[in-house]
Amino acid sequence: MIVQALTLTLRLAVTVSLLLLVIGIPLAYWLAFSRQRWKFFVEAIVSLPIVLPPTVLGFYVLVAIGPLSPVGRWYQSITGHGLAFTFEGLVVGSVLYSLPFAVQPMETAFASVDRKLLDASALLGASAWRTFWRIILPLGLPGVLTGLVLSFAHTLGEFGVVLMIGGNIPGATRTISILIFDQVEALNYAAANRTALLLLAICFAVLATLYGLRGRTAWNVWGWK
Amino acid sequence: MEVSPASDLQVRVGTTLSGENQPFSLDVEFAADSGFTMLFGASGSGKTTLLDCIAGLRTPNRGCITVGPMTLFDSDARVDVPPSRRGVGYLLQSLALFPHLNVQQNIRYGLADLSGAERDERAQQILDLFHIGHLAQRRPAELSGGERQRAALARTLVTQPRVLLLDEPLTALDALTKSQILDDLRVWNREHQVPILYVTHQREELFALGERVIAISSGRIVAQGSPHEVLQRPESESVAQLAGFENILAAGFVAAHREQGTMTCRIGNAPLTLEVPFTRIDQMRPLRIGIRAGDILVAMSHPEGLSARNIFPGTITSLQRRDVMMIARVNCGVDLEVHLTPGATESLQLKAGASVWLVVKTYSCQVMQGGKS
Repeated sequence: MIVQALTLTLRLAVTVSLLLLVIGIPLAYWLAFSRQRWKFFVEAIVSLPIVLPPTVLGFYVLVAIGPLSPVGRWYQSITGHGLAFTFEGLVVGSVLYSLPFAVQPMETAFASVDRKLLDASALLGASAWRTFWRIILPLGLPGVLTGLVLSFAHTLGEFGVVLMIGGNIPGATRTISILIFDQVEALNYAAANRTALLLLAICFAVLATLYGLRGRTAWNVWGWK
Repeated sequence: MEVSPASDLQVRVGTTLSGENQPFSLDVEFAADSGFTMLFGASGSGKTTLLDCIAGLRTPNRGCITVGPMTLFDSDARVDVPPSRRGVGYLLQSLALFPHLNVQQNIRYGLADLSGAERDERAQQILDLFHIGHLAQRRPAELSGGERQRAALARTLVTQPRVLLLDEPLTALDALTKSQILDDLRVWNREHQVPILYVTHQREELFALGERVIAISSGRIVAQGSPHEVLQRPESESVAQLAGFENILAAGFVAAHREQGTMTCRIGNAPLTLEVPFTRIDQMRPLRIGIRAGDILVAMSHPEGLSARNIFPGTITSLQRRDVMMIARVNCGVDLEVHLTPGATESLQLKAGASVWLVVKTYSCQVMQGGKS
């Protein structure tokens, strides 16, 4: 049971953090460099999951992906089953929930790249695309790494959103944190303790690795060639 | 090797700046041929803004910028070529070497359009020209100040820009390193013949480099011409102040004392002569001698046992306080401006009408002669 829950949790965390890498990098780039007037609006939306209770977020996501919403119906029409109470549904909720943890460190890292370097890149004839890949991304790499690891760790430990969207289906939506909740409800404190300790150890290991790496500069860690 | 056609730079730019204290406007118009044109002015005068406009990092409100037949910016025709396609080489004051790339990668960065072999060849040429081949594998953090300057300059030049903009590129370097880099730059431009705008606030660099000087003050061109013309023109107070010489005196050659390392010069029509540093000059032509007001000593009686060669009497005609400085005007045949501290003024009890002795070291006299020297 614990292995199944752990596998599911790790699968969810890896999927979510990789998806957030793909979504987060362009979003963070846009937030760092756009001069659009309504940028603040997007920034506020991205940060919402930090302040909202997971139950609120989970509730709205559940409504949004449920069989009564256009999204839910569209998904059902192409896959044959609904999004709610499935692993895919969990992924959607978790991506939204962990979005700020991925985007904010990336945005900060991109924005803190010396503007003079970007000017120099343009003056040497480089397009914005080339400047991003050759200058901004390599120099912002510590922030990207931080975003990746934080969203991974944050997804590992999430509870409220999973409970609202996924329910408690073994092998599909029962993650470690749900399992712990189950075990405590069943007054099985010994099992709950083992599970909780495992999650604690994993989260600590992930964060310790992150901060250990971040102590060095990006180009020393990665040996840029 | 293809030689780029001689292209001259035409600039007419007007824009409003939101400065730190109050907004002021930049409004200049000039043309620059191939070779060095020095943009000279105090910090905050708008020099860097002007370069930013030419490079396209900043869009001016109005104006027109062309290089040879190519229009880079024209507010009327709504042309605004992005910096990446202007072909303007701009060495930023901060150099902006990419910290995660080594010298060679930095230099090859601007050659993305070339084939691998061509890129290697061009990079190697410029590494050799600037004597930094042995540094090719080093990162910027592992370079000295002068080496970094060379690498940044090489990175800019390797793209073969049509115009070169240099923003106080050598300010922090010692004189020897500076002159070596400038020699390399001259060698490069002998082949490429592009206009080089060189921003500086150091008058030494004007004399060392300037074929032509454009003096800028508060966003306006206040004087242009040869370094000597610009620095001597007495009617332009702001330029004289920029140049750091409050006193610029018309002088004539009297005698040279090569052994002693000095020359004697007569000042204007006054009975005053000055011992100035022995300098190669055309003895038949008039001279100017610049003396900074802060380099003149004031004594109440004729001082003895000094190394200074110029000791002469005068009368204080006025004494004014400006901020933490006293400005005295002293008549000694000609009018000289002298700067003192309020403390010194007080302890000598100086006032208008007082008789004093002025003391000027030989090396405090800057000898200047107009035209090519």
